[in-house]
Parts: sequence; structure tokens; C-alpha cells
Amino acid sequence: MLNKTLNISTSPHIVKGLSTDAIMQNVVWALLPVALFAVYSFGMSALLVLLTTLASSVATEHFLCRFSKKKSTISDWSAAITGLLLGLTLPPNFPLWMAFFGGVIAIALGKFIFGGLGYNVFNPALVGRAVLQAAFPVAITTWYPAFLPNRFSTVSVSTFTLPFLEPAVDASTGATPLAAFKFDQVTTGTSELALGLISGSTGETCAVLILLGGLYLAARKMMNWRIPIAIFATVYVLSGILYLIDKQEYPSPVFMLFSGGLMLGAVFMATDMVASPITSLGVVIYGFIIGLLVVVIRIWGGLPEGVMYAILLANAISPHIDNMIRPRVYGTSKSKRS
Amino acid sequence: MQSTTLTGPLLTFRHGIHPEEYKELSSHRPIERMPFVEEYILPLSQHIGAPARPVVREGQRVRRGELIAEPAGFVSVGLHAPVDGTVTAIGLFGHPNGQMSPAIRIKADRFSSQRLTLAPPIPPEQISAADFIAAVQRAGLVGLGGAAFPAHVKFSIPEGRHIRCLMVNGCECEPFLTCDHRLMLEYADELMDGVGILQHFIRAEKIYIGIEANKPDAIAVLREKAGGGALPIEVVPLQVKYPQGAEKMMITAILGEEVPGGKLPLDVGVLVSNVGTTVALSQYFRQGLPLIERVLTVTGPAVRRPANVLVPLGAPMRAVTDFCGGISDEAARILLGGPMMGVVQKSLDVPVVKGISGILALTDAEVRDFSTYNCIRCGRCLEACPLFLNPARLGLLARKGLWEEMEAYNVLDCFECGSCSFVCPSGIPLVQSFRVGKAMIREQKARERQG
Repeated sequence: MLNKTLNISTSPHIVKGLSTDAIMQNVVWALLPVALFAVYSFGMSALLVLLTTLASSVATEHFLCRFSKKKSTISDWSAAITGLLLGLTLPPNFPLWMAFFGGVIAIALGKFIFGGLGYNVFNPALVGRAVLQAAFPVAITTWYPAFLPNRFSTVSVSTFTLPFLEPAVDASTGATPLAAFKFDQVTTGTSELALGLISGSTGETCAVLILLGGLYLAARKMMNWRIPIAIFATVYVLSGILYLIDKQEYPSPVFMLFSGGLMLGAVFMATDMVASPITSLGVVIYGFIIGLLVVVIRIWGGLPEGVMYAILLANAISPHIDNMIRPRVYGTSKSKRS
Repeated sequence: MQSTTLTGPLLTFRHGIHPEEYKELSSHRPIERMPFVEEYILPLSQHIGAPARPVVREGQRVRRGELIAEPAGFVSVGLHAPVDGTVTAIGLFGHPNGQMSPAIRIKADRFSSQRLTLAPPIPPEQISAADFIAAVQRAGLVGLGGAAFPAHVKFSIPEGRHIRCLMVNGCECEPFLTCDHRLMLEYADELMDGVGILQHFIRAEKIYIGIEANKPDAIAVLREKAGGGALPIEVVPLQVKYPQGAEKMMITAILGEEVPGGKLPLDVGVLVSNVGTTVALSQYFRQGLPLIERVLTVTGPAVRRPANVLVPLGAPMRAVTDFCGGISDEAARILLGGPMMGVVQKSLDVPVVKGISGILALTDAEVRDFSTYNCIRCGRCLEACPLFLNPARLGLLARKGLWEEMEAYNVLDCFECGSCSFVCPSGIPLVQSFRVGKAMIREQKARERQG
């Protein structure tokens, strides 16, 4: 005789068992090698930047939930992704108080005011970075050389800048390959780019590890591989055409792929499921727009780097792509356009 | 269609899901006949359509197989006494759909042998198509795959329509269920005879028996029976994928064609009949056995002795589970039907009705619910939906109560297979919100028709 209160609910009664927090957690795992390499190549400064953005993002999420009398949502791991990604897009010698501020902005303005996870229009980490770029244009383009011999024992002089003070400038600053090309017409070798033996934002330098992380997520079906592929293909083809036209004036397509934040942005930020289209055709269009904007901004814009704005703009277009692209429904002749 | 073998690439439809099968719990257990119990409750509504009309009085003695309620219209079927006994009440009783519903209660005659004493009907080969339809309706036959749609309505081919292809559905794609599997193994001759009876009236050019490839023994048995016969039968192994057994999905898998939205298989010249229904058709015409019993799979980790049981309709669920050793205290959820589309029960004190293919007792391990997150637009539901709908968008529209928008996104095509909810990592009750949406749209349409 069964003596128990039975559980009542509607069908289906079984689930696959892969939950949203597990997906988010896997994104964090995929980012860890990138973060570890950043610490290895840039030392203590990079570690402090990453820990600061991580802590400020998670803490902001927690306190905003508490403030609005909701259950804290930090256990879904999405705030941790935002914190890590933001840190990875900042220069390793970035002043910590600014990094902290960026984490607060990323969560508060990038995510929370839209309604939290699932409702953010833009990638929250990029919102944080965009605000930092507008507020601190000098600090965010002051680069730090990789593989300094004393990188594990000392930090950059700008790291501990007091809040609201101008950061001191290091004696030795490094130029990123993109800036070197744009302003000095110096090209960096492909193998150096791929392996990350260069200066740049904390986590954007090692293309190989970024791609490995992406492969891991794609293999586990936790990332839409069509997005980075569409971006890479667009950038490669467009910049390839320009390169064929004038090899002196324009960078090679391989250089375009492996330099700057393209790898990190295409693999880990453009693929933010919430801020990208949901249909297969939609994401290809979305990837094409990002690739096009990257090439346009990098080559004809005033900035050496354009990945951030390209992704943010495409994020804004993404709901409209979803409204326009309606896949064909079973038993109907063709796709509906609204 | 392409020809396939068990080892070659298997036919299937696009999208769908791969839930764990759990069929090994009961697939090797031969069908057992459950002993007769004391009392039977037969709801007048065990099929889609008008409830049957009682033709017996309280206190009347009835014989096993005797008509106790007649069809009340064309979309309605007859109901028969499952035992020799006495009608003790006609009134409201609990129905597996959760409501109180008019039913006939019969007390079994303790001293009867319960042997069928009615004369079999005239052989189908000697009657007209119209008489065949009437006989099937009187026999109380409904689709035994779960929908319980009156079989004679399905078998009625309108004047001028031609059925080019008859399909027997032996997919049994719901996890846990094995009753159709056992029927194909143990009632292969009846199944083939049922196919022959249908073919006599339908005269299709081709007959397919679609079976998921996880039942190689059934495929082998039916291939042997079909080989050398006079009928143009092909046994088609299909890929193991849910919901392969949905009519539209099976048609698409075998013929490579889609059934247009809002249309029936009939409209593309196909008639699909479930294995159980086809066996029951033969049993009625050859043995005079109307639909008074069916095979149920009683299974799940919380069932002490999982089994396939031949149960007289109207028997209390509790008697059936007791026959299978009872339900252990680990049970967290009890269902009628499979885990993807089955209906949850709050009590075992309801009778077995025609459309129920199994009793399932699941534990916390299978039904684990996780907290509901917001939709993260991962797109898994779009890749699961066999009809290529956009469940993520539909879920959002349902939440906002935008019913007309939902209709524009084809929610009315949804047959609630549950694939989207199954894969959703945020645990959003998508299918339930579509049920609400569909009901609201239909209500609104009904209002428009009136006003």
C-alpha cells in the first residue's frame, strides 16, 4: 500500500537534465585556460584585474538581487562569465578601481535593468567595457608588454592607481599588433599572434586557447558554432579582397583574424545566446554583420579595434533578425516573412 | 521510398529527441492475462467524440462482450461488458482524466467461466464497406495508440478519395512502453489478419509496417510473416527517435512527404493504424471479441514487477498494479501512458479505459524538476520540435497572453509531444503554456462563430 503524497504536473514528465546553470558553468570552464594563459603571460597585474572584475560582477548581481528583494541569482554562473569576460577584454595593467567600476556597470546597466539573465539586449561584459572605454580612453589603450621577467613579483604601476586619479604610465609600454599596424604600419607574425606572444587585452592574445575553448563548447552543443564561423568567414573574405587590391595599404586576412579581440569576441561574446538570434539562418546573418563591421571599423574607422562595437551593434539588430527570419514550419510550403 | 535494412541508414523525420528508453524493464516479459476482479467501472466516454448511450438498466444481467452502451452519433463508439455480471449502478465515477464522469458499474458473476458466448460477426469478406464501418463502430474500436479516436471514423474513406498507402504503426516511441512490442511478437498472426481485413476494404497499393529499430525481434517476426504473402507489405525499420510514432512523423519518415498543416494523413492518401487497433480488428471479426480488453505496460522503477498485462477494460488501476506486485514507496509520480505524453494521476482508484497504453510509476530520479530559469534563447527547443515551430518565441508570447500572435506562429499545429520541454535547460513548462494558448485561441474562435 502506497502511503505518500504524489507529485502532480503535466506532461512531459521526464527532462533531459541539462540545466542552464550547467551550461553557464561550462562556459566558465572553457574560459579558464584563456584566463590562466593571461596570468602566465602578463603576471600578477592580469590576475588582479581578472579577480577584480569577477568579484565586482558577482557582488553586484548578488546585491542588486537582494536590493530588489529577489533570490540571489549568482548560482546560475552567468555573472561569473560576465566578470571573467570583462576582465579578459581589459588591458592587464588596467587600474583596479576602474575594473571594479566596469564590473558594476556590466551587471547593473548591461543586465539587471533589462530584467536579468535572459533579458539582456547586449552582452553585459561588452556594455561594461564600452562604458570604460568612453570614461577612460587613455587607460584602456595603454598596453603592457607580455612576458616581462619580473611579472610574477611586481605589478604594473598603474594597477593600484587611487580612485579618480590619473594612472601613472609604465616606463615600458607595449603596443598591440593592431595599433602597431594602424599607426606604424608594422605587421606582426602569424605564429606570434596565434600563440599569444604579443601585447594586448588580458585574454585576447592566445588564439589557440580561445579556439580550443570554443571547440569544447561547440562539441558539447553549448555554443552555436555558426556564429564564430560566420564572423571568421566574413572577415577573411572581405579583408582578403582588400588585401588582394592593395597589399601595402591593407592587412592580410590572416592578420585580421588573429589580431586584436576578434577571436575572443567571436567565440565567447558574439555567442552570448541571449543577445544573438535563435534561428540558424539568423545567426549567420548576425555573424556576417559583425564581420562586416569589424572590417569597416578596423580599416576605415578611427580606432584600431572594432570588435566590441561590431558585436554591440549586432546585438541591437538581433531581435529584428529574429522577427524577420521565420523558419519553414512542417507541412507548409515556404518560410513566412513578417 | 529508399529501401533500408537494419544495418543501413534508417529512415526518420527531422529534429526530435533521444530520451532514455527504459524499455528493458518490461520488453522481455510475455503478455500475462490478469485474473478477473469483482467490480468494473466503464465510463461512457472512453473515446474522442460523443459519450456512448447506455442500453442497460441497473440490475440487468449482462454477458461478457454484450453491448451495454451504443454509439451516440457518428463520432462515437459502442461499449461492451468486460465480464458476465450484473449492472449495479449507472452514475458518476472517477475517470482517469481527473473528472467525475458518467459510467456503468458491473459486478462480475463469481461463478461464471467468463468464456465468450457471443457468435462471431459475419466475416468481413462477405460484407459491404458501409457494413464494415458500422461493425467496427459497434465493436467499440478506437485507436489504441493513446488518442482513442474512433477507428471507424478513420477507416471511413470519403467517396472519390483513394488511399495509396496503408501504414501500421509499430513505432512505440514513448520511453518505458512495450505493449505494442509484445503484441507484434505474440499476436503477429492476428496483426497480419487485421492488415488483411483493412486492405480488403482500402485496397492500398502499398502497405508499410513501421517499427523503431530497437525492436529487431518484432521486425524479424513480421518480415517472416509478411514474406510470401499475397499482400504488398514492407516492414520498415525506423530510427529510434521520439516522436517517431506520431502519425505525421512516421509518414514523413517512410514516404519523405509532409502532411500539410491542419490536414489529415487521409489528405495525402495515407491511412495509419496502430498495432493494437489492427490486432483488435482481427479479434473482433474472427473471434467475436469486441473491444473489452487491452494490453497495458505496467512499469517504472517504482513498480515491483514490471509486466505487460492483458486487462479487461473497467478494472481498477489499483488491481492492475497489485497484480504487478504493487507500487513501492519510492513512487513520486504515477502516470497513465508514457512519460512524454502521459496523464498524471492523483489516485489509483480509476478504471482502465480504452486509450491507456500503460501505467507508469516514476521515482524522484526520473522526474527530477530543476528550478526554472528565464529563457536564455539557447535554441534547443527549435532543434527538438518535429514540426519546426519556434517554442521559445511561443513560450514568450504565451507568457504575455498574445494568443493571436501564437496562432500566427502555428501553435495550433503543435501536438504536444513534449520534445521542447524535455530539452529546455531552463525548465520552462513550454507545452503547458501551448495548451493554454491553444485553448484560448479555440475559445476565441468559438465566440467569434457565435457572435
